[in-house]
Amino acid sequence: MSNLIKGETGEWEVVIGLEIHAQVVSNAKLFSGAATAFGAEPNTQVSFVDAGFPGMLPVINRFCVEQAIKTGLGIEGKVNETSVFDRKNYFYADLPQGYQISQYQQPIVSGGTVQLDMKDGSTRKIGVTRLHLEQDAGKSLHDQHPSQSYIDLNRSGVALMEIVSEPEMRSAEEAGAYIKKLRSILRYLGTCDGNMEEGSLRCDCNVSVRKPGAAFGTRTETKNVNSVRYVMQAIEYEARRQIEVIEGGGEIKQETRLFDPNKGTTRPMRSKEHAHDYRYFPDPDLLPLELDPKWIADLKNGLPELPDARKARYVADYKLTPYDAGVLVAEQETAQFYETVAKGRDPKLAANWVTTELFGALNRTGKAIQDSPVTARALGGLIDLISDGTISGRIAKEVFEAMVETGKEAAAIVEEKGLRQVSDTGAIEKAIDEVMAKNQDKVAEYRAGKDKLLGFFVGQTMKATGGKANPAMLNDLLKKKLAG
Amino acid sequence: MAALTHMTIAEARAALKAKKISSAELTSAHLKAMEETRGLNAFVTETPERAKADAARADAVLAKGEGGSLEGIPLGIKDLFCTEGILTTAGSHILDGFKPPYESTVSAKLWQAGAVMLGKLNMDEFAMGSSNITSHHGPVKNPWRKKGGNAELVPGGSSGGSAAAVAARAVMGATATDTGGSIRQPAAFTGTVGIKPTYGRCSRWGIVAFASSLDQAGPIARTVLDSAIMLQAMSGYDPKDSTSANLPVPNFEAAVERGVKGLKIGIPKEYRLDGAPKEIIDLWEKGIAWLKDAGATTVEISLPHTKYALPVYYVIAPAEASSNLARYDGVRFGLRVPGKTLDEMYENTRAAGFGAEVKRRVLIGTYVLSAGYYDAYYLRAQRVRSLILRDFTEAYRQVDAILTPATPSAAFAIGEKSDDPVAMYLNDVFTVTANLAGLPGISVPGGLNADGLPLGLQVIGRAFDEETVFAVGRALEKAANFTAMPEGLR
Repeated sequence: MSNLIKGETGEWEVVIGLEIHAQVVSNAKLFSGAATAFGAEPNTQVSFVDAGFPGMLPVINRFCVEQAIKTGLGIEGKVNETSVFDRKNYFYADLPQGYQISQYQQPIVSGGTVQLDMKDGSTRKIGVTRLHLEQDAGKSLHDQHPSQSYIDLNRSGVALMEIVSEPEMRSAEEAGAYIKKLRSILRYLGTCDGNMEEGSLRCDCNVSVRKPGAAFGTRTETKNVNSVRYVMQAIEYEARRQIEVIEGGGEIKQETRLFDPNKGTTRPMRSKEHAHDYRYFPDPDLLPLELDPKWIADLKNGLPELPDARKARYVADYKLTPYDAGVLVAEQETAQFYETVAKGRDPKLAANWVTTELFGALNRTGKAIQDSPVTARALGGLIDLISDGTISGRIAKEVFEAMVETGKEAAAIVEEKGLRQVSDTGAIEKAIDEVMAKNQDKVAEYRAGKDKLLGFFVGQTMKATGGKANPAMLNDLLKKKLAG
Repeated sequence: MAALTHMTIAEARAALKAKKISSAELTSAHLKAMEETRGLNAFVTETPERAKADAARADAVLAKGEGGSLEGIPLGIKDLFCTEGILTTAGSHILDGFKPPYESTVSAKLWQAGAVMLGKLNMDEFAMGSSNITSHHGPVKNPWRKKGGNAELVPGGSSGGSAAAVAARAVMGATATDTGGSIRQPAAFTGTVGIKPTYGRCSRWGIVAFASSLDQAGPIARTVLDSAIMLQAMSGYDPKDSTSANLPVPNFEAAVERGVKGLKIGIPKEYRLDGAPKEIIDLWEKGIAWLKDAGATTVEISLPHTKYALPVYYVIAPAEASSNLARYDGVRFGLRVPGKTLDEMYENTRAAGFGAEVKRRVLIGTYVLSAGYYDAYYLRAQRVRSLILRDFTEAYRQVDAILTPATPSAAFAIGEKSDDPVAMYLNDVFTVTANLAGLPGISVPGGLNADGLPLGLQVIGRAFDEETVFAVGRALEKAANFTAMPEGLR
């Protein structure tokens, strides 16, 4: 599949690097004991440290460091035993200290890999440059007063992991797959809830275009895009915009841009000339972060099975297609649901039911798999009824719908509605005889060589049995009878 | 018994314990002295009501035969320490009206030890200065005058209010802070004792930051023993300060009378500055002789990177300050001067709120951290700083402590040197190395110069070896037998 974009002067390649800001799952902030819950009343989760009061000092939260180490290990990065916190200096009303504590030259994690699962089942590895810890700023509210801005410092000091990819993605689709996989890893690890709507995961998109094989073009950075779809839109738009500018004889300016989700476009925020000089320097209030290698090793041993490993296991053990396996492992809850369904059953049949009927039902009802109206055990019960011949696959779909609606067990619905499959030769033969008697002209035509009419007879007989006839038996018996 | 305000902390403590005096008496004598010496402008805020309440509480404790190491002792607090509910300005207009909702760790420890709070002491704005003339609250005057002269002299800085109040017997002791010499230089200028402990010995939590990697709290008092008693109470690990040292605090008081017999004292040849006044060199020689008489041996040592210390300091300290002072933006506390935009409000507030010296250092600091200059200034300064530390580490292989003059001159007149910032910066030439290397240093009065003004000697010790610093300081104190007092107090 070609990722190239066709322009007036030929084909262009898009070069994408992503910077993800992932809010660390932690009850307390990175350098203060204040709480971090989302949606609290403004300025109720603020310590004097977070508000930048005189004489207040930051103290690193060990748990946030642990979360960053786990994430680093989860993306196969190198956890650095020594890292340094720096101050990134700039003035803004929601940045109380006048600087953000971040990591600049010595991040806690160097390198890493995220494996993309593409729609066609192929995979592609994208390099991660680094992961570092930093504190979030507060929030400016400009719509609360006609002439003044309000500041909410609840978010000030909340721990973020900035995860920077190599510029190795070549399409919006790959960028989307990257975020999805990274989010999946973070959720598996429990280090970030990945909730983009609440801003727990935000993405800055670095995009440039070039003719295939040429040197990198000038990039732009589109800031704070907050959904996978928007990221893909922003990249598509930005790539086409850049191609148009270049093909129109213009030049790309290195600048920071904003994404407009209503229009699906990007617009300039500030150019390089107006870029801040952040005057980074090591924060003298904090000693270098020294990590005990044994701690790192212990955390490594305690890591859960991550999506890539789980996917490989599904392909190897359950013989699933890489695509289905990828879909099933993306969310831990889905994978757990699936494994419960598949246990002791045909894993492929289980996969089909989960990815088609169950996902369809969840989509329709707008529910998450954790709140699925059909539990994993109940779905397993339905599959058991198919496997032991109690019902046919076709009837099973009807039963499943009833399960979604009523929450009842499959067996109960089958009994209630009398949907048990008819596997009794005599009963089926009786139905066939009746159908043939009613349609003697068609019988004659069939016998004269019009084989296609078999479908008609199958349909009629099935209808006569209320759809309950065992399809294989019905087929066999019908062929014999029609043959005369 | 000496007049209450002329007692040392050690004497007063014994008298309180023996119930010969009450804290109420001691405190009211000091409140009176505070009023009588208002002309010095040593206090930004007087807290007489609080003082009386503290004294009453201390007397009740003492009556039960209990009490901490400073029970009932009236002290002053440098205005850089946040004191809960009490105006804390750091000598700056920009902190107008700021009453912290918290108490600094160091001052809290003093209250825990039973001390009585007399008020908040004047200082150079944000501790930036060597003469106390940069304070928004006006200059502090040194209680000392030149023999036969009438010119008002500076008390040194930045802890000028602390030093002046201690010298004027308005407080028994005071907290101070030292980033480049701000405890030791004013102590030397006022005939008092000031110790800057090892970086990390006292918590910086709740102290308005100037230059975080250099700032360290310490006491100014009238004797070495008193300074040891105070430092004892101020020291200790604080989990709220990541740079605070998690080490036990030795018994400083017990170390004071340890003696110097067998100690090797280093005399750094690089401190013999060209053009140093003879009186400074003479006092230094005297100090060497005193320590030898007391049983120490002296060794000439070399601290080859000394000459870079001041330039390094005036890169690193402003760099950190430029960032530490960014929070004074008018948004959340202190002064706000409105503007049409956010940037304009910042500009108006900071233009009005900061004095000239603070602005100068913020500008220097911003410059040396800027893209394209960081490597040439900040990074290079940090490298030289580690060489300065290495000089000391090498020296301490062969010596136990180092003796130097505390300042290159005695106190000078208010207004002198104030048009030449670089001349002013030279005040710190002997003290700044201890900050860069994080080492403990004490200034002890060594005598008077020909003008009748006090001069100080400095002892610099190994990291976390304040005990030896106190012992050597005490030996100098004994030999110098400094009993002189400012004229008005005699």
